[in-house]
Amino acid sequence: MWIDLAITMVKIIFILAITVGFFAPVLTWVERKQSALMQDRVGANRADILGFTALGLFHIISDAVKMFTKEDFIPQGANRALHTLAPIIALVPALLTFAVIPFGGQYTLWGQEVNLVISDLDVGLLFVFAIASLATYGYVVAGWSSNNNWSLLGSMRTASQMISYEVTMGLTIIGVLMVYGSMQLTQIGAAQESFFRWGIFLQPLGFIMFFASAIAENKRVPFDAPEAESELVAGYFTEYSGIKFGMFFMAEFIEMVTIGAIITILFFGAWHIPFLSTATLLSMFDFLGDSFANLAVMLIHVGVFFGKVTFLIFMQMVVRWTLPRFRYDQIMKLGWKILLPLSLANVLITGIVILALN
Amino acid sequence: MLASYTGAAILLLISTVIAVGMVVAGSLLGPKREFPDKMEPFECGESPIVSPYQRFSVKFYLVAVLFILFDVEVVFLFPWAIIYKKLGLFGLIEMTVFLVILGVGLMYVWIRGGLDWE
Repeated sequence: MWIDLAITMVKIIFILAITVGFFAPVLTWVERKQSALMQDRVGANRADILGFTALGLFHIISDAVKMFTKEDFIPQGANRALHTLAPIIALVPALLTFAVIPFGGQYTLWGQEVNLVISDLDVGLLFVFAIASLATYGYVVAGWSSNNNWSLLGSMRTASQMISYEVTMGLTIIGVLMVYGSMQLTQIGAAQESFFRWGIFLQPLGFIMFFASAIAENKRVPFDAPEAESELVAGYFTEYSGIKFGMFFMAEFIEMVTIGAIITILFFGAWHIPFLSTATLLSMFDFLGDSFANLAVMLIHVGVFFGKVTFLIFMQMVVRWTLPRFRYDQIMKLGWKILLPLSLANVLITGIVILALN
Repeated sequence: MLASYTGAAILLLISTVIAVGMVVAGSLLGPKREFPDKMEPFECGESPIVSPYQRFSVKFYLVAVLFILFDVEVVFLFPWAIIYKKLGLFGLIEMTVFLVILGVGLMYVWIRGGLDWE
């Protein structure tokens, strides 16, 4: 009982450290450096400590210090309570979705079963959808409570864009669920041990549509009409300053990690290495003894998983600097008139193929 | 069964503490210098003429209604997809009928212009 609780705490601390402590801040730097690279600039390199710039990595520290020490601005006529609550509602669901995301398989360490997921729910994928869609409230409340025209327009756009793409996002993964016959993310991951059972080969159309609608759900370029700088100043967070503004940004970057992790589990073989099964990997470390071999395999799998996640985050950033922003009517048209019928067709085709193969 | 939610509950608690802590720290560490012109909502330098709390396009309501309809349909598809391999041909035919009805509804909204933004 207590040892289980201790293991759970270690996993929670690990997840929080890697998302809040590592990915969210480092991604702000990666995005700046990568945009500099793609636009042929030098990029973030000014912040220094005693003359050392460390490739601009100190910008992360200066950002954090700056955000915490800026004035917490609430405009006149705004609903102060809701204005303060909105970034909290946006950030908490982003972190909570990690509860069901496995970052490795199951290992036996010194007689103790270790399952690398905080809560191994049998409704895992539904949990992700349910919690992720709660974040919509944060964005809507932010725009509504600001007493600002731009904010309200931004939050109206956010609301209808997020709920439109939630339908397509739900439909695109139906095919994956049919193929693997489970909603438990650990089982979907475990089912992809062999390379040609990866979701990307079984559900190629599903992957493309899920990737597109996930980016739209996270409101990133090219789907960033809700915060379109050239039209709406900054959309729903126009009236936010300091760390509250930073929290919306953090939520966005953490959701990028979530999207990367979900796509890795559903389509890219989760923690598995191509053509290298867990059993083979275990036998390679046989000379270490049983527990240490398990430990080594566990560390390799966690590394492989986060490597894949990093690659998918990088892909999202490449998309950002490759495509221009879509018009709002184009976004809605893509969601309802192209992705929705296509994903319905995908469900039917998957059903027929599975039946034919059995 | 309920025990598997323990980890999620602890994570919810910790992430709420983090989020609230960030807001509190931000409001304590930052300065507070208020004057009337600064406290106005941002309107590109002008004083706001109209309040944002007015009527807005009915399209947004329409999208919300369509979302509820289609999202409920998606919820029906989830359990079906899980046990699809056991249902076999029966499941496929049943769900084809369901999807055709869903598709007819989508076509109706489409033809009536419910999905057009201009």
